[in-house]
Amino acid sequence: MSTILERQQARAALQFLAPALTLIAVFFFLPVIAGLLLSLTDFDIYAIGALDTARFVGLGNYRDLLHSTLFWTALKNTLYFVLVGGPLSVAISLAAAVLLNSPRLRFRPFFRTVYFAPVVTTLVAVAIVWRYLYHPRYGLLNHILGWVGIEPIDWLGDPHWSMPAIIILSIWKNFGYNMLIFLAGLQTIPEELYEAASIDGAGPWRSFFHITFPSLGPVFLFVAVTTMIGYFQLFAEPYVMTQGGPLRSTTSLVLLMYEEGFRWWRMGVASSIAFVLFLLTLGGALLQLRLRRARA
Amino acid sequence: MRRGPGSLLLHAVLFLGAAATLTPLAWMLAASFMSPGEANTFPPRFLPQHPTFDNYIALFTRIDIARHFLNSVVITVAATLASVVLNSMAGYAFAKLRFPGRERIFRTLTLALVIPAQVGMLPLFLLLRELGVVNTYAGVLVPYLASVFAIFLIRQYVLSVPDDLLDAARVDGAGEFKIFREIVFPVIKPILATLATFTFLSVWNDFLWPLIILSESSKYTLPVALAGLVGEHVQDTELMMAGSVITILPALVVFLAFQRAYVRGILSGSVKG
Repeated sequence: MSTILERQQARAALQFLAPALTLIAVFFFLPVIAGLLLSLTDFDIYAIGALDTARFVGLGNYRDLLHSTLFWTALKNTLYFVLVGGPLSVAISLAAAVLLNSPRLRFRPFFRTVYFAPVVTTLVAVAIVWRYLYHPRYGLLNHILGWVGIEPIDWLGDPHWSMPAIIILSIWKNFGYNMLIFLAGLQTIPEELYEAASIDGAGPWRSFFHITFPSLGPVFLFVAVTTMIGYFQLFAEPYVMTQGGPLRSTTSLVLLMYEEGFRWWRMGVASSIAFVLFLLTLGGALLQLRLRRARA
Repeated sequence: MRRGPGSLLLHAVLFLGAAATLTPLAWMLAASFMSPGEANTFPPRFLPQHPTFDNYIALFTRIDIARHFLNSVVITVAATLASVVLNSMAGYAFAKLRFPGRERIFRTLTLALVIPAQVGMLPLFLLLRELGVVNTYAGVLVPYLASVFAIFLIRQYVLSVPDDLLDAARVDGAGEFKIFREIVFPVIKPILATLATFTFLSVWNDFLWPLIILSESSKYTLPVALAGLVGEHVQDTELMMAGSVITILPALVVFLAFQRAYVRGILSGSVKG
């Protein structure tokens, strides 16, 4: 009796799973494996016409990357964005969450919705909006900065300011997401802990570093890892705002991959860039997990 | 607890933050109603002097943005429907049906969560090219249909559905599809709303994949069309702002309508797991 039931269930499971798993296998896992193989070939525009003209070149593409200044520039830009933009973005999310969690706050749902709104906006569209906000002469940002006596900045035209400009846009766009996650984490911290600390004479900063911060441990790790993974994929902002310039100061790894693969059709090279991105992401995630474990 | 100056400062800071957060969107909206050239004046204007719909009219007459809007709607709605059906079936099977290899298959799937989508994008493009679906709706849809994240989301929720409910139906001789359709589906509606909102927003806003797979302007989704327009019309600030409004507005409306469902999705991925 039970074996018949088991067999029935297994058959049903197969029917329930087949559509989704087939799609994931054929259109995700298969291309990922093919991508690894592709990165070992010299697949280019001629191979698009006749697949068999692509040749196996071993690690040749990776070797070429190591000798390409453009690749190192893109790597440096991407790391700049990840290592500066990521932590800044997380810090602002946390600050906003702590403020929103204050028991004295009124209009909490209003603030939460407003701060979150940029997250659901279309990246391409807001990148275009910010492109105008950053205009050195007519842009709103320089105008507002002028109120406090800051000289106009050529945000997108000066290679020193282009990446900070993209980071500011990204923080504005993204901080609401992690803010919500932190807010949920903060709400699980028992109020008694703060009361006890307050009785012991701890001020808000000491409460933050001795209660809030340690209690958020696992949430913080999750936020740090997912933010890093997301920030490694920088693409639409430079594509729309700077085309990777000026002087290649905002060319990211994904933008370089896109240019190599879909502008010049050097699919082999582009695939090797994609794999470098994958290894960096994986390495970063493992590093953070290990740091976390070492501290615990 | 102090309620005086500290509370005032807290609210002042948060209102300032809210103003700063909304300013780019408010300026976009204001500039979309300005006359040509008005957004490029010094000092910059916050409000249009003589509000006009000309930019919106130009988008629909000169640029045929309705076409791109329709492309976005068709692709996003199709992706959302398919994602809800396919992923809920798979998520249910992982949660409630017993079959050999269940844990092993599930663990293999988790791998997908750490692999950036870009890694498979180039071969996927070549594969779809061989299948002849480059520059078609079907081609854009392929990577949106099934998702490991969505399967996880559904599975986690379905685990909380009591087994007794399903077993009772099985004793009554109901088939698995009937159980899924008539018992499970209604119970898991909240998480389906979450998944639908998530899929809708991520597909509506997606850029890199449609940029790669769509080659003809008539097939472009709104973000791809907008990125193309900014190249030719970079001087037409007011026109570009109207285009941005049209692109962002549906996403904001869907978010505001399904805010609770959407936020549930964000939190179920982080705090619990």
